[in-house]
Amino acid sequence: MPERKVVSPEYMFFEAPREKKYLIGNEAVAEAVKRANVDMVIVYPITPQSEATHIVGDIYAQGYVKDYYRGEDEFNVMSAIAGAAMGGVRVFTATSGPGTLRAFEMFPAWAGERLPIVCAFMTRGVNAPLSIQPDTIEIGWLADTGMLIFHAEDPQDFFDMTLQAYVIAEQPDVHLPVGVCVDGFFVTHTREIVELTPEDEMLPPYDPRISPVVTMDMETVPVRHMKDPFVMKSNYISYNAHASWQQEVRAAAERARKYITRYMGSPVEVLYPEAEVLFMASGTAAAQARVAMERMRAEGIDVGLVKIKVIRPFPEKEIAKLAEGPEIIIIPEHNITGWLAREIKSRVNNNSKIYGGPRVFGGMTMPPEVIVEETKRVLVDG
Amino acid sequence: MKLDVRMSGLGGQGMVTAANLLGMAAVSDGNYSIVIPFFGAEKRLAPTESYVRISSQKVYEKGEVGYPDAIMVFHPEVITKGKCYTMPFYQGLRPNGWLIINSKSPLLSEVDARSIADLNVRVLYVPASEIAIDVAGTELATNMVLLGGLVGATDIVTLEGLEKAIAQRFGGGKFIASATTAALDDVLKKRYAKTQELLEKNMAAIRKTYELVKQMCVEFREQDPQMREKATCITQQA
Repeated sequence: MPERKVVSPEYMFFEAPREKKYLIGNEAVAEAVKRANVDMVIVYPITPQSEATHIVGDIYAQGYVKDYYRGEDEFNVMSAIAGAAMGGVRVFTATSGPGTLRAFEMFPAWAGERLPIVCAFMTRGVNAPLSIQPDTIEIGWLADTGMLIFHAEDPQDFFDMTLQAYVIAEQPDVHLPVGVCVDGFFVTHTREIVELTPEDEMLPPYDPRISPVVTMDMETVPVRHMKDPFVMKSNYISYNAHASWQQEVRAAAERARKYITRYMGSPVEVLYPEAEVLFMASGTAAAQARVAMERMRAEGIDVGLVKIKVIRPFPEKEIAKLAEGPEIIIIPEHNITGWLAREIKSRVNNNSKIYGGPRVFGGMTMPPEVIVEETKRVLVDG
Repeated sequence: MKLDVRMSGLGGQGMVTAANLLGMAAVSDGNYSIVIPFFGAEKRLAPTESYVRISSQKVYEKGEVGYPDAIMVFHPEVITKGKCYTMPFYQGLRPNGWLIINSKSPLLSEVDARSIADLNVRVLYVPASEIAIDVAGTELATNMVLLGGLVGATDIVTLEGLEKAIAQRFGGGKFIASATTAALDDVLKKRYAKTQELLEKNMAAIRKTYELVKQMCVEFREQDPQMREKATCITQQA
């Protein structure tokens, strides 16, 4: 490990020189962990996440991470990582599909405890039938846990968003967990050029004294609702405390918007916003939509793209405004439930112009040809 | 410049390694490339594919290559027993593309041969496993032999780029491989006294088919300037 120096997030994100490397997504996220000044990593391996956490184990051995162990299963890991975060250290963990579901009880708990945990979700199909292939169904479920949710399009996004996640998560007026989601295989196992900041520059360490809830140690009693849980009492105050606390978690997510704008630029990336047809997509569906857009524009069809980078807090104002112009909105997704279409339809006036599809699930990719064909069909049939 | 490649074979034959090497070579040549593997719960001899997209422009498209310009078949059972992720194995193959098959002799069914002929696809049968044993001393170099064939046919990357990629992949540098791939790497490395020998033998395997295919392309053009010859078996003596 080289001698490392602390740099400001602003310098790292916007000014630091970048070196091009040819990496898979799982290597890119480990490179982010290396630069994130992470104290502790607890993981349990699951395809397609395993390589990433294996590499994070290697960088722990090199000294980039202070502590690392493999838990017994995902529920254990996500519980243990909560304990580490309550103790006031910066943590990283990751899981996929069935692992996400096994650990699910902990995600709203992280949000409720206001823990700034960064967890990578390498999304994968869920049982049954058993699959290890990509499918983004779990993001729709994670969206209602109170966590902030980002969705990366490629290994470059995975690197950048993981670092941005720590800085946004740890703002005192936010202080919430962030799920950095990527499509398994299509990002985790896909090798492409990634631009990395210098290996010897890292983010400033986490300062537990800025936490809005008290950091727990042997001399500091846990946060009020842990040492004396509301569940032990059945009275007006306990119900009210629970209700107001949930609202405070959602309010904290709202307060994240200004930091998302500051550090990520914008929660959406827009190409040709005035187009007659707009694709709205996240993750690798946005990559496929980019290619479909280029092909249709070459044919003279006026198509644009809205890539949604942040799923929580959902960029509802931006989406409502962008939805005013086009005659048709197409929402390609890698899952059967169409959670993104549902999300967008619920925020847009005159949502009959929204076509929720095409959807590909079960592990195959969505060829741009399918998006082109479906869009042309919608243009003809309405 | 743009080429999409699909490599189909059985787990352990090095489709993923070949795809990585091709992508690394393209990047070292100054182009863009996306590489992705496709397999089920990992085990040897199960159908495995890998996909490489190379372009002089940034590549966005992810996932399987549905419409390849070239298909490389690492094992005859991909064709004869349908051990691949598309049916038939050449589904989506673009007109005027390349089909490079590890086999000494033709093995396409009459129906498949006719469909492929209609696409004006050039078919090369390469005795890749034999060349690998003869030139590199191990069948594990089959993937290198087939890469040589692809590059001889398309010039999509330079041999210098490939040489750099092999040095990077096997030359002691850090490369993240899955457990079974790492085990195969160990087997491969034990075959050679020194890493340098591994690099040289593998490059020799690549050059061998590269030259055979180049020579064949010259003969093709002499006989048929449109290169419409449908199927050619390459022999080591050629």
